[in-house]
Order: sequence, then C-alpha cells, then structure tokens
Amino acid sequence: MQDNAAKPANDKKASVGTTGHEWDGIQELNTPLPRWWLWTLYATIIWAFAYWIAYPAIPLVSSFTKGALGWSSREAVVADVRDLQTLRGPMTAKIEATSLAEIESTPELLSFARAQGAAAFAVNCSTCHGAGAQGAKGYPNLNDDDWLWGGTVDAIHLTLQHGIRWDADKDTRASMMPAFGRDGILKPNEISATADYVRSLSDLPVEKGADLALGATVFAANCAACHGEKGEGLQDVGAPKLNDKIWLYGSDKALLIERMTLGGGGVMPAWSARLDAPTVKSLAVYVHTLGGGQ
Amino acid sequence: MTHPAQPSRSPKPSSTLWQKHQVFEKNSIILVIGILVAISIGGLVEVLPLFYLKSTIEKVDGIRPLSPLELSGRNIYLREGCYNCHSQMIRPLRDEVERYGHYSLAAESMYDHPFQWGSKRTGPDLARVGAKYSDDWHRDHLRNPRSVVPASIMPGYPWLEQTPLDIAHIGDNMAVLAVEGVPYTPEMVAAAISDAKTQGSADDAATPAFAGRYPKAINRDLGGNVGRLTEADALIAYLQLLGTQVDFKLYDDKANIR
Repeated sequence: MQDNAAKPANDKKASVGTTGHEWDGIQELNTPLPRWWLWTLYATIIWAFAYWIAYPAIPLVSSFTKGALGWSSREAVVADVRDLQTLRGPMTAKIEATSLAEIESTPELLSFARAQGAAAFAVNCSTCHGAGAQGAKGYPNLNDDDWLWGGTVDAIHLTLQHGIRWDADKDTRASMMPAFGRDGILKPNEISATADYVRSLSDLPVEKGADLALGATVFAANCAACHGEKGEGLQDVGAPKLNDKIWLYGSDKALLIERMTLGGGGVMPAWSARLDAPTVKSLAVYVHTLGGGQ
Repeated sequence: MTHPAQPSRSPKPSSTLWQKHQVFEKNSIILVIGILVAISIGGLVEVLPLFYLKSTIEKVDGIRPLSPLELSGRNIYLREGCYNCHSQMIRPLRDEVERYGHYSLAAESMYDHPFQWGSKRTGPDLARVGAKYSDDWHRDHLRNPRSVVPASIMPGYPWLEQTPLDIAHIGDNMAVLAVEGVPYTPEMVAAAISDAKTQGSADDAATPAFAGRYPKAINRDLGGNVGRLTEADALIAYLQLLGTQVDFKLYDDKANIR
C-alpha cells in the first residue's frame, strides 16, 4: 500500500521537480498551475484592459477617461426610462388628451388607465388606504359609497392632484375641525353628551342616562354647520357623514370623544407634485372604478 | 545531517521573472509590505478621485444641513438601527426610478456623517420618503406598522412618541459636525435648542428667523401633543425631509458632468 502511494509521487517528482524546500526529508513538489486556470487568469487580465478602454475607468487630474463606448450610468437610466415612455407613449398621450369621463367610456383607455392606476396605487396609496383600498382607522375606505370630498371622478382627480390639508399645495382641500376639548371650546360633559348624540344619529346604542337633549343642542350649535343638521355631512368641507354607520375613526364613544377633543383631520399629499399628470388621471379612474364611484 | 543531492530541483532557473514572487512567499515582512502597497494603490485610485473630481462632488441647489430637530431625528434613526433594513439610495436603474423617484445624488447626502446609503432592503428605500405620507401616517406606522400595512414585518416603536426628546446636547452635536465640514454657523449652534422647539410647534413669531436658517423646513406641530417634543416628532421631521431638498424640475443632470 505504502509503495503504491509513494510511486506516483516519485514519478511526479521526476516530471515537475521540487521547490528545493526540504524538511526532515519531506520535499515540496513544484507542480505548475493547471493550464486551464492559468489561461483563464490571463483572459481576465486581457478583459480588464478591454474594459478600461471601453468604459469609464481611469481617474485623471480633473476628469476621468470616458471610455470608447461613451457609457454613463446617468445617461443609461435616462435612456431606459425614455424607452419605457416611448413604449407607453401612444396610450399615455391619449390618457392625457382625453377627459376622465371619456376615458371611462372607452374600454381600451379604461383598461390601460386601470392597469396603470393599480400599479401606482400599490406603490403610493396602499400604504395608507390598504392594498385593496379598504382603508384603515383614519384612512378612508375607497370601495364604499361614502366620500369625504366627493366621489365623482373629477372630484377624486382634484383630491389626488392637490391633496388634503397639504400645506405645500395652495389649492389643497382644506378644512379643520376645531379641537373642541383640547382648546376648551366645550366642556367634558358636553363632549360626552354629543358623542352619545352622534351615536344615536345612526341608531347605535347610547349609554344609560345619556343627555341626548344636551348633545343635540351642542351638536346644533357647534357641529351642524359642517356635518349637517342630521349628520348628513358636507363634501365641500370634507365633513364626514355621521348618520350612515360608516366611520373613519371608529364608532366607539371613546373614539368619538377623542376626535372631538383633538379635532383636525386626515392629511393626504398632493400627488401632482410627485407623479406625472397621466398617472394621476389613471389613479383617479382606478379609484373611481373600484366600486364606490359616483 | 546531510541531505542527498537534489537532482530534481526546479527545472527552470530561479532567477527568471516568473520566479521572483518567491521573494514574497519566503519572507513574511516583505509579503506584508507588498500587500499594503497593493491595497493602497487600489484604494487611492478608487477613493481619492471621488474627493476632487467635479462630477462626483457636484454642487446642487437646495441642499442644506439638517435642522436641529431633523438632526435629532437622524440620531434616533441611527440609534434604532433603521439602516439595518432601510437604504437611502435610489440607484440609477429604470425600475428604481419608476418606483422611488429620481435617482439619488451624491450631494443629497453630502452633510451626512456617516451617510445612510446602505445596501440592505428588508424594508423599502427611504431616500425619497419625505412628503410621501402624512405625519399622522408616520405616527401610526411607527407605533404599530401593522395598523396601516397589515403585511409589514417592521417592529413597532411605540415608545418614541412617549419619550420626551433630549435636545440638551444637540448644539454640541452640530458643533462637532461643523468641524467635519457641515456648514453650521455659530449662530445656528447657539440657536439649536430654540430652533428645535420652534420646528416642533407652530410658533409663528419665531418662524422667520428659523426659516432663514433652514429654508423649506417643515414647521408644524408634528403630533397630537402640543407643546411637547417627543422622539417621534424628531424622527418624523427627519423622515419628512428625506429626498425633498432638491427641486428636480430645476435640476440639470448634465450641468456638472465633465
């Protein structure tokens, strides 16, 4: 066994020689690198030189070598985006030139707008309104028939363009419910009675011994101007309906008291500052056709 | 002890160029020096030009140092390790630009020490998250991400909105950054604490001076707790600034390429 193992090594020793090292009789073979490996190494070195010539590579005193191909990452992405726009161009141009109502009545434009709108919604809107536009506490459901600022496609488009209570846009939809509790406009017992009264507007059970008469008086004096005498809401000022069992922040009395205490309202960015006009139009069509559009 | 003759010594003479590497292999000090020289050349060639080439240090309009409140928020961003899951770097690739907006510019992080580009995206890139969501959304989302994004795996940070913001040393922080080259003036450092308080409230009287020092800074009550600055306020002020400083309608991407 030992002889068999030793023999090939001796053969190799004769053919490749040793490095000249020797420790206690152990010698080191000077086996050359495999040819395929060596030639691959040489090829990568040649490739590197070719790369230096073809692409931006060598820094100079005040500039750098631009490369024979003239490639730049900035121009590459601009070209890629331009190609994409060219691809979408004909449809985008039609979306831009067509009124919202017409887009919805033209099947070809409608399907394009809905597809573009769905993609933009997933990236930009779903974080607040939910992946299925189902909303969350403080962020309205966009599938139902209850609209804060109007559910026509033009109203939705306007809301998308300028946002809600978005200070950076001067045409933003603005209104501000007073902080009745925090700013001391109403007393705690008045707020409590009003919360019960608001629940009674949509036939929800009220607390035992609730002073609905006081609630009605306070409501008429402080709330009815925006929310309507019977809580029917007012879309001009984004005042939610309070009589339809659809609740933005929840119907619990504690939540109603919290809203009356803090006031204010939800904020939505002005998307015309971030997205291009055809995308905003597509989004309006998408949201309008989710099911609740008027 | 004598060794037998070595008839099978390397067939090539050891003096050829191809054998010179033996000098490195047989002498560890020379090997270490050789490694240092090789790495230094690589480093100098790759890193040094970034400090003087005009196209890598382009001046872009609109970039200003972080306000004291935003800087406090950035410190919380670092403390909580947000960078472990969120990058702040939109690469010049079509799909990134389509999703996040204009690719990031070096100038946008010129005052960051250290920058937060990152390369790990367990969560989305945050380079342009500013002005994309409302303050309330950030507040809800920091408290419990699942309340607004059901599929989110981000941990909640509910203590941020309960912890008063410690701004006692924010001026010192700015002074140190000034040494590193961030253009904080002594006036800015002196006004640091009052500026932080101004930005976190809607105190109109102090606003013009503040706005002069930090143009376009959001200046509003950032949460439901009037008159009290929390860590969440600072973090939201920082997040709402990210990526909003450069007006890309005016930015010319060719102007600085040379």
